Amino acid sequence: MAQLIGEGIGRVDGPAKVSGRALYVDDLHVPGCYYGATVRSTHAHALIRGITLNLDYDWSDVIVVTSVDIPGENVIALMTDDQPALAEQVVRHVTEPIALVAAPTREKALEAARNVRIEYQPLPAIIDMARSRGEEPRIFGNDNVFKKLELRLGDVKAVTGGVLIEGEYEVGHQEQLYIEPQGVLAVPREDGGVTIIGSLQCPYYVVKALIRVLGHDKLNVVQAATGGGFGGKEEYPSMLSAHAALLATRAGRPVKMVYRRDEDLRATTKRHPARVKLSTRVDESGRLLSLDADVLMDGGAYNTLSPVVISRAALHVSGPYRWETAHVRAAVVATHTPPNGAFRGFGAPQAMFAVERHLDKIARTLSIDPVELRRMNLLREGDLTVTGQVVKAPGGLLALDAALAAADESPLPPLSPIPGGGGDAARRLPGRGVSVVFHGCGFTGNGEAKIKSKVILELQGERIRVLTGSTDIGQGTDTIFPQLVASVLDIPLSWVEMAPHDTALVPDSGPTVASRTAMVVGGVVDAAARKLHAALQVEARRSAPFAELARARRARGPLRVEHQHQPDPSLRWDDERYIGDAYPTYAWMATVVDLAVDIDTGEVTYRRLITATDIGRALNPVLASGQIEGGALQALGWATFEEVVTDGKGLMLNDRLTNYIIPTAADAPEMVTLLIENPYEGGPFGAKGLGEIPMDGPAAAVAQAIEAATGAVLNRLPMTPERVLEATP
Amino acid sequence: MLTSHAEVLSPRSLQEALTAKASHPETVALAGGTDLMVLIEANKLAPSRVLNLWGVQELRGIDAQDGWIRLGALTTWTELIHSTLLADHAPALVEAAQTCGAAQIRNRGTLGGNLANASPAGDSLPPLLALDGVVELGSARRGLRRVPIERFFLGYRKTALERDELITAIYLPARVDGDETFFRKVGTRRAQSISKLSFCGRVRRQGGQVTLARLAFGALGPVPLRAHTVEVALEGGPVRPQLAELLLNDIRPIADVRSTAEYRQRAAVNVLRGWLESLAG
Repeated sequence: MAQLIGEGIGRVDGPAKVSGRALYVDDLHVPGCYYGATVRSTHAHALIRGITLNLDYDWSDVIVVTSVDIPGENVIALMTDDQPALAEQVVRHVTEPIALVAAPTREKALEAARNVRIEYQPLPAIIDMARSRGEEPRIFGNDNVFKKLELRLGDVKAVTGGVLIEGEYEVGHQEQLYIEPQGVLAVPREDGGVTIIGSLQCPYYVVKALIRVLGHDKLNVVQAATGGGFGGKEEYPSMLSAHAALLATRAGRPVKMVYRRDEDLRATTKRHPARVKLSTRVDESGRLLSLDADVLMDGGAYNTLSPVVISRAALHVSGPYRWETAHVRAAVVATHTPPNGAFRGFGAPQAMFAVERHLDKIARTLSIDPVELRRMNLLREGDLTVTGQVVKAPGGLLALDAALAAADESPLPPLSPIPGGGGDAARRLPGRGVSVVFHGCGFTGNGEAKIKSKVILELQGERIRVLTGSTDIGQGTDTIFPQLVASVLDIPLSWVEMAPHDTALVPDSGPTVASRTAMVVGGVVDAAARKLHAALQVEARRSAPFAELARARRARGPLRVEHQHQPDPSLRWDDERYIGDAYPTYAWMATVVDLAVDIDTGEVTYRRLITATDIGRALNPVLASGQIEGGALQALGWATFEEVVTDGKGLMLNDRLTNYIIPTAADAPEMVTLLIENPYEGGPFGAKGLGEIPMDGPAAAVAQAIEAATGAVLNRLPMTPERVLEATP
Repeated sequence: MLTSHAEVLSPRSLQEALTAKASHPETVALAGGTDLMVLIEANKLAPSRVLNLWGVQELRGIDAQDGWIRLGALTTWTELIHSTLLADHAPALVEAAQTCGAAQIRNRGTLGGNLANASPAGDSLPPLLALDGVVELGSARRGLRRVPIERFFLGYRKTALERDELITAIYLPARVDGDETFFRKVGTRRAQSISKLSFCGRVRRQGGQVTLARLAFGALGPVPLRAHTVEVALEGGPVRPQLAELLLNDIRPIADVRSTAEYRQRAAVNVLRGWLESLAG
């Protein structure tokens, strides 16, 4: 039997998706299905004076639901209970849902929604995050702060020597832009409950939220084929599922809700905008003496996952560097704007852009080569992070050396002419930029110990079913898990299959987030497979290969083993003071980007993107490279293309793919993707998490490259042609 | 929303199409639908009558006629790209077509539609202006008339098209030997982008002196426009790149979701100067 780990076997979901057989929510046709639509706030902050129906409209086949129709609690339960499923007396952001309608056709539902009249009494609103903390009106708690935290390493104030270098960095919203918009189908069950079939990442989040809204637990959540998530389908599907379930329950028939792209862009969560102020002291050789960081993030109108996002930002704002002392203050505040939420990187990209740009500033100030400055300060074995975690087997230098070597070895691809871009290559200036980042894998601190992820394996004959709540949203879970089981048990891959991601069948394996699925849940799968083998040996009272034992018991009944995540007992974490082992391990990545800047227009053309990423072990190198390349392109989008333009009320104005610009294949550089294997003993076969780290590093490398090409110093994302041209001396 | 209430007529001849348009002037003409369907989907347009021109053969084809190139109004972007006639006579228009939309859009979107939609950012419009294009309009009652393209655009998304008229063709003069042209589209990404600004230039030189200059810009005002001040200044002398600064007299850029007025102004001057510098050598 071939060892399957390290093999780039094809995705199990690939053929169905490529041939069009895979069924996404909108492909599911249920007889008698109604279509849902949402009536949303047009105000950032207002009292709802009345909800009335236009009596000239034909309502005979329309279902209408408002907050008074909610059988359970009017709350989307997540970290706190501040967000209602439907606004009651107050709206706190534009696009906040107020009422729902369902009708036999989508067109009729959208038309009906336009005939629901909301009467508002507008109230003053806070749109700018810099004017939120402690200000009126109050949106959350006593001071409009969702979460603030502070961490210290040594005493920053005691450091007075060296050169004081200060900087301020800013990043805007970013839309996840999954290809498939948010969508859910709610189907009433015979027992009076409801089945949710949705495009989602975390089925058990939806279960927990719906129990509260519906006031019962007669429900199951099934993940349909999902066209990307990137964090955008972590928490928002709870909202959409609640809406569809309310309508379906009320109508007594299936209800489908699939957002159009413009509605999805305007109403659903985005990456948190952030402002990071860094004040540092550095000695003249470039040694990092002290870091004083102040991170501010805009959470939007409701808490969602903001406390965890700000936590990850605080834990990554040091960058992968050794600081002798550090003081980090971080806060995420409320504004009357659509809530921000999970997005690949989850606070780390914002922090990492800031610290990497700041290292460039230090290098510029001290006239040190920016790459050498990084090399000098990268965390080494036994160093302390800013939480006092002792660094083990760091991959920063490995990654940096590998990326730089590749940049020297492989020839730079020629600068291709752009159709309609003029032919004059002389008017485009070349530049190269380098960044190094790390990313904590899995949940912060003792998060995994709280979640206690479960996986079940079922053996029947020679078939093993993997039952897990971890979903495949395009990243490869459904391929990796069978690969792990088959490798551990030394059996053909064809013996292993994934059970449908239906909460009626599968256990809670924790959410599919935080670069944790392969590393943490994969580890549980690995252990469960060993447990299954052990169970067969006990049953047969002999040691033998799994395949042999499984064949011998073919006629006997099914065998089921369950395993739960066992956190590394040596990890220590103080969640009050933010001291200790912030993450079980870290992935590390170096980026070398080559680009050209048009001196007339500030347009950036990408030529080559080299990434070297320490991911522990590549379980499936093809999928791993795909994740990294896709994530890196998404990062280039954030760097120079993607800007959410809002009006004075926080409403997204560029709500179409023609004006919210993400890169296309034509914009993608040639990519050289190096996987560095530096095994982590806590992960299956040494694997670490890798889903998010490609989002962290490229933007800062691009900024450095633009600076090298033009002299334009940009400390704000996105670096659109407008900003590049304006900053060009 | 394109509701089932809308009446869709699909004429098979130009005469039939013009008659239908004349008898119901509120009828919305549909060519490739690449602009129209977006407006309908966004609830910005709810036509009760639609005239589907796709089957009208007289509106198709690219031919050379008496020193002119005639492009039927239904000529698609894809047809522009693959036309050998245009590769010789209007390479700037071919380049513009290559930058327009995605392959699916280029297969449906038409030159006539681009003119009728009259977006100041329409990809074909600067080349048509720089090449001295003429628009041919047809009416059942008054027959055909020809309008120089610059006079076709009256204001923001307002054209010279009368309510009973359809665009039937676009005429371009055959290329004169020695004419030098240039097309540049500025957008955030390299494909499927609506321009922040676009530029098409054409100069003719004799003995180092500019005898004709056509400088046309998209997305720098309410209509696609020509930079007459710079054109006049250029004509009669050698190519002087510094004349690009005069462009500020000709353009009125605005800020919108795609860009800022300051950027459009600066980038437009830079692009023009860059081209003039390359001509000056």
